Amino acid sequence: MIEAQGLTKRYGTTVAVNDLSFTVVPGRVTGFLGPNGAGKSTTMRLVLGLDAPSGGSVTVDGRPYRKHHYPMHEVGALLDAQALHPGRRAVDHLFALAQSNGIGRRRVDEVLGFVGLSEVARRRVGPFSLGMKQRLGVAAAMLGDPPILLFDEPVTGLDPEGIVWIRNLFHRLAAEGRTVFVSSHLMSEMALTAQHLIVIGRGSLIADDSMDHILAAAGTSVLVRSPRLDELGRLVSNAGGTTTSQDGALTVAGLSAEQIGDLAALHSIALHELSPQQASLEEAFFELTEESVEYHGADTRADHPYPEEQR
Amino acid sequence: MTPQATSAAPTPAAAVTSRPSHGSLLPAAMRSEWTKLRSVRSTVWSLVATFAITVGLGSLLCFAFVSRYDHLDVRERLTFDATAQSLRGLFLAQLAIGVLGVLIISSEYTTGLIRSTFASMPQRRTVLAGKVIVFGVVAAVVGTASVFVAFFTGQAILQSKHINVSLGDPHVLRAVFGAGAYLAIVGLLGLALATIFRRTAGAIATLFGLVLVFPLLARALPSPWNTNISKYLPSQLGAAMFSVRTDSDLLSPGVALIVVIAWLAAAFTLATILISRRDA
Repeated sequence: MIEAQGLTKRYGTTVAVNDLSFTVVPGRVTGFLGPNGAGKSTTMRLVLGLDAPSGGSVTVDGRPYRKHHYPMHEVGALLDAQALHPGRRAVDHLFALAQSNGIGRRRVDEVLGFVGLSEVARRRVGPFSLGMKQRLGVAAAMLGDPPILLFDEPVTGLDPEGIVWIRNLFHRLAAEGRTVFVSSHLMSEMALTAQHLIVIGRGSLIADDSMDHILAAAGTSVLVRSPRLDELGRLVSNAGGTTTSQDGALTVAGLSAEQIGDLAALHSIALHELSPQQASLEEAFFELTEESVEYHGADTRADHPYPEEQR
Repeated sequence: MTPQATSAAPTPAAAVTSRPSHGSLLPAAMRSEWTKLRSVRSTVWSLVATFAITVGLGSLLCFAFVSRYDHLDVRERLTFDATAQSLRGLFLAQLAIGVLGVLIISSEYTTGLIRSTFASMPQRRTVLAGKVIVFGVVAAVVGTASVFVAFFTGQAILQSKHINVSLGDPHVLRAVFGAGAYLAIVGLLGLALATIFRRTAGAIATLFGLVLVFPLLARALPSPWNTNISKYLPSQLGAAMFSVRTDSDLLSPGVALIVVIAWLAAAFTLATILISRRDA
């Protein structure tokens, strides 16, 4: 269990994390979503006691991280897969970490096998691909077999096979009753990985809800195709729906598929397609951020959401 | 590289790890630091360089003196310090061990590895203590071995003119141990500076400035400031520790050792304060 209370971090005049309160509970994958520079990595560093908060607090297992002795048995973390000494062998890198927490050599070989790096265990890590480094980072996080796991952007650099592997790993770790906290700026990946989402933007909490709720809140629309589309469009508008047309189809919001079907039948208009569209997490995200007061000051959509994260 | 079957669940930790909940973390920190130190090639090369330069340059300087001995005037012959001559290679070797001291922690800051280190042991002062002890012992052992080999090699060369000394002569043993200690002290000073600066270049520049440039600047001052100041600089403190002759420009060996320890204490006090306070 990770609990943040009013967590705030300022770097000079920049507010990286602003009055953030959330709880990450065991047994499910909690996604930590936000654009680049939203404060995800800063929050992760605050959780791990690497940075000291400017205000508020965060506890792991009820205690601030810095109060833990041999914390690798409580918390495993992958912050930056590239943070390695290039001249050190994979096995020595892990062994040094293991020794600092009283973990034996056998466990090192075990986690290397677990992430599929046994064959390169005795190679120096400098030439490793980013994907291999991510796997090494996962191995390091698993050394103490911790009940709580934090991963900062773990998917970056993984090949498709690796992405599926790590997604399944997260699901299995959560199913084992562990707390799994995964940050990402990739909404499509979060949609497949997380059951619960904590969404932040500009350091502030935007949403803390189950994936299902967030998607539902974004609303659904209905895609309609018909040979008499213009006529149907007018009827739908009169009935209170909002329409957008594209590629010979009409996307209707505000009316259900049943309502549109009935409306068409009433006027004897043939329908070639009538399909409810689930909003993507991406759409849900923009829906959420539009509601956030934080966002109204600037044009933050899509291309250039935020300045680079300040350190 | 193929991923392992994902059903290979990790063994429960209790089965494979010992987990002391309390007690000193220092032994764990030291074991970890020892693994880090021995597992990168730069360590080995820096230590080999320290040894090779101390012995090689010391021998060369002794050989140079021997070859010119017959042409030297009486004053130069009389003020000759056979012990110091065989040990002077350490003025260059101190750079090798100093750089290693810097890299012990700056390599972690520049790669970002320091975050993994602090996440695995949030007790940062213990981490630093582990580094100081492990590197300090290694530097002292290698430094002492280097100067002893340099001493014996140098004396063997000087023997051809019968100007050699032996370990049993007054102050000689103290001087050779002092030289080894000086190498370890410069290495530790590098470690302290790197902890303060967190950057390799800044720490190395400061260390070299302190041991090489400051003495030159101090010499540019008018007397008596020049000698009064320079005798408190690390390089002159080192010279005091490994000189057999008494020199009015140098502190006595015992006082020099105390002053040099004060230098280290000051540097590590600042390093300890900063390492605990700063964000990683």
